[in-house]
Amino acid sequence: MYSQGLIGADGRTEEDAAFLAAFQARIDAEEKIEPKDAMPEGYRRTLVRQIGQHAHSEIVGMLPEGNWITRAPSLRRKAALLAKVQDEGGHGLYLYSAAETLGVSREQMTEELLSGKAKYSSIFNYPTLSWADIGIIGWLVDGAAIMNQIPLCRCSFGPYARAMIRVCKEESFHQRQGYEIVMTLMRGTEAQKAMAQDALDRWWWPALMMFGPHDSESAHSEQSMAWKIKRFSNDALRQKFIDATVPQAEFLGLKVPDPDMVWDAGLNDGQGGYRHGPIDWDEFWRVVKGGGVMNRDRIRARRKAWEDGAWVREAARAHALKRAARKVAAE
Amino acid sequence: MSEAFVTALLELADDHLVLGHRLSEWCGHAPMLEEDLALPNMALDLIGAARGLYARAGEIEGKGRDEDDLAYLRGERAYLNCLLVERENGDFAQTMLRQLYFAAFMEPYWRAAASSDDPVLRGIAAKAVKEVAYHIRHAGEWVVRMGDGTGESARRMAEAVEELHRFTDELFFSSPAAEAAEAAGLLPVRAETRGAWEATIRTVFAEARLGWPAQVWAQQGGRAGAHGEALGHLLAEMQSLHRAHPGAAW
Repeated sequence: MYSQGLIGADGRTEEDAAFLAAFQARIDAEEKIEPKDAMPEGYRRTLVRQIGQHAHSEIVGMLPEGNWITRAPSLRRKAALLAKVQDEGGHGLYLYSAAETLGVSREQMTEELLSGKAKYSSIFNYPTLSWADIGIIGWLVDGAAIMNQIPLCRCSFGPYARAMIRVCKEESFHQRQGYEIVMTLMRGTEAQKAMAQDALDRWWWPALMMFGPHDSESAHSEQSMAWKIKRFSNDALRQKFIDATVPQAEFLGLKVPDPDMVWDAGLNDGQGGYRHGPIDWDEFWRVVKGGGVMNRDRIRARRKAWEDGAWVREAARAHALKRAARKVAAE
Repeated sequence: MSEAFVTALLELADDHLVLGHRLSEWCGHAPMLEEDLALPNMALDLIGAARGLYARAGEIEGKGRDEDDLAYLRGERAYLNCLLVERENGDFAQTMLRQLYFAAFMEPYWRAAASSDDPVLRGIAAKAVKEVAYHIRHAGEWVVRMGDGTGESARRMAEAVEELHRFTDELFFSSPAAEAAEAAGLLPVRAETRGAWEATIRTVFAEARLGWPAQVWAQQGGRAGAHGEALGHLLAEMQSLHRAHPGAAW
């Protein structure tokens, strides 16, 4: 899962013009930048922020779906959801490792998450209220994540691009699984269909917000585009997502909760597309800044896991030291 | 015979589902990211084994009950798991010790099940024996780290032994149904795994610097559906959605 990783990213950099030009030439030639290569400080900082936020999103993202593991309605679904949430943890792990190549430790990043200094995708500050949310999250949230992440497979920073290739494969599996959950509900009882529509009604707009503010409002995007950290604008990706998703909703028999949505033949350079109604950006900023219903609970849950686990991590360190000392003594 | 075999398979399946469910409660809340991956891994192994066992029980029973009917539509008194697996997670020391106790029992059990007269059970055992060997290693390493880590971790580990050891005797107890299935060559004899179990646990405890617990009152009753209070809550949560929509497909 990924979203507004670039909000607040600070691409300012102070290297001399010749250095920046040489770096830009490598980027323009589509060369991958590797951890030990010289790079502008702004490039490094932007990536640390983005990869860190992406990793945090995976970790915090385990919580809303984890909320239904113990109540999954069949053993097959229980196993699949558990495996999915575990995959998210795995994505977090590769991403922290990719960020570590830029000189920040996982511990440091975790502390920034717990202190509220580092952000994560605001979508996870919404609650999961029914089983249908698990299907809708897979279909829409993972779907939006894929739209965002496929271009990241070509990101100029090698470790991030490579991590994304693996992550995207798993995400697309999750998306199909989510879609299949929703499809099963839509073939089910009236109560199941209502559950699916209710979940779509609640997740549709937050899913569109995952692509971040409109291009006109998106600070620092230009530098990230030039450095090929970012390849497409927020609005372009959002449009792509809507155009892919609306026909799927129609196929499922679900109604997208946007009364203003119309087919507009002029969109997408005349190829046509779905024009969406106004997005409530006040809600977006409120949730990003901590005012969503679950923001405090999510961080509290992460902090509790971290603090309750402190003695375990300490024991592991102490034991490793004892073992090493005994080995030395025996030699 | 087949009725006894079904009951004995349900005992085994319930052990696996309940313990898998308990482990799944950790997902997203573990002490470190590596354990957020490892605990669901073990949970998936256990739930996978449970599914195979329920399916086999339903098939032999012949009343058309599938894995979900057996998992979601039996209440607390009908669940036949041993008491150890239903114990609440407690801290990480208790979770890992519970896992070690159970895995150290299942490893020789599954090994012996390779010569069961039931071909489906042999298949389940062949897969599970490899998984459970990993569970012993993983949980055993943690018991050692915590037992021989810091003062606090050693204290918690010793408390976990005090808390859980009283539930281990039940692992070796065969209900009348299990005895019948054992006598028919369908299932391994539970009591015969005790030596291997004790050898594993003693090796780990020695390395973890944990003392062997003094004689305790052994607790049992799970095989007769006489549980502690925690299981009812686990089942209430697990079964709530399924039971709220009778007959729905998911």
